[in-house]
Amino acid sequence: MADKKIIVNCATGEVTELDLTPDEIAQRAADAQAAIEAKAQADADATAKATAKAALLAKLGITADEAALLLA
Amino acid sequence: MANTYTKIASVAVGGAGAANIDFTSIPATYTDLCLKLSLRDTRTQIDDYVNLIFNNDSGSNYSMKSVWGTGSTTGNSNYSAQTANYVFQIAAASATASTFSNVEIYVPNYTSSNAKSFSTDGVTETNAATGTDRLDALTASLWSGTATINRITLTPGTGTFVQYSTATLYGIKNS
Repeated sequence: MADKKIIVNCATGEVTELDLTPDEIAQRAADAQAAIEAKAQADADATAKATAKAALLAKLGITADEAALLLA
Repeated sequence: MANTYTKIASVAVGGAGAANIDFTSIPATYTDLCLKLSLRDTRTQIDDYVNLIFNNDSGSNYSMKSVWGTGSTTGNSNYSAQTANYVFQIAAASATASTFSNVEIYVPNYTSSNAKSFSTDGVTETNAATGTDRLDALTASLWSGTATINRITLTPGTGTFVQYSTATLYGIKNS
């Protein structure tokens, strides 16, 4: 069964179900992969930042609240 | 303050599933937009996310900050210059059978000629007490486009929306 796309025309209320074209299927796969990779990279960056922050706090021997107090 | 809601359009996914849901020709006659979603997709996990784009813009024009929780921990994520907005958190194939997530997206001032901020809250409805799958999320987002929003496209991160998923778009006026 072909993948469907649902188009809702808000001006007319018409709902249309269409089969994805081969080009749309290929583009969809590429877009999904790109989004997964971008999201994974952002998640990894956030994790690395949190890890580095925790390591620095440990090295300094202070808590996050104490660090915030220093910067206030 | 917005005080009136009008249903613009609604759709329920049929037996064939849906690779995306595309609201087109959104009228510019309201103050705000609100999208109510009840979704589940075919990803083989408890949770998934949805890629949302406005006006068919898949450029690197979306940023978001999200706080989320799993069955055992909480966390936050920061995304900038993405090609879509990630709408968390929808139920996927490993969530409790026949459960659908609840998600609301609120877009104030969608006809503004400035960048558009919007908020998303979503919960993955499932009986999971532990694990690493995200069960809820609150997200503050920004689309840098300056055109009036006239189209909203929702695409699952993985797989397809399953039958009985629904999406309803409301317009809100401030008078």
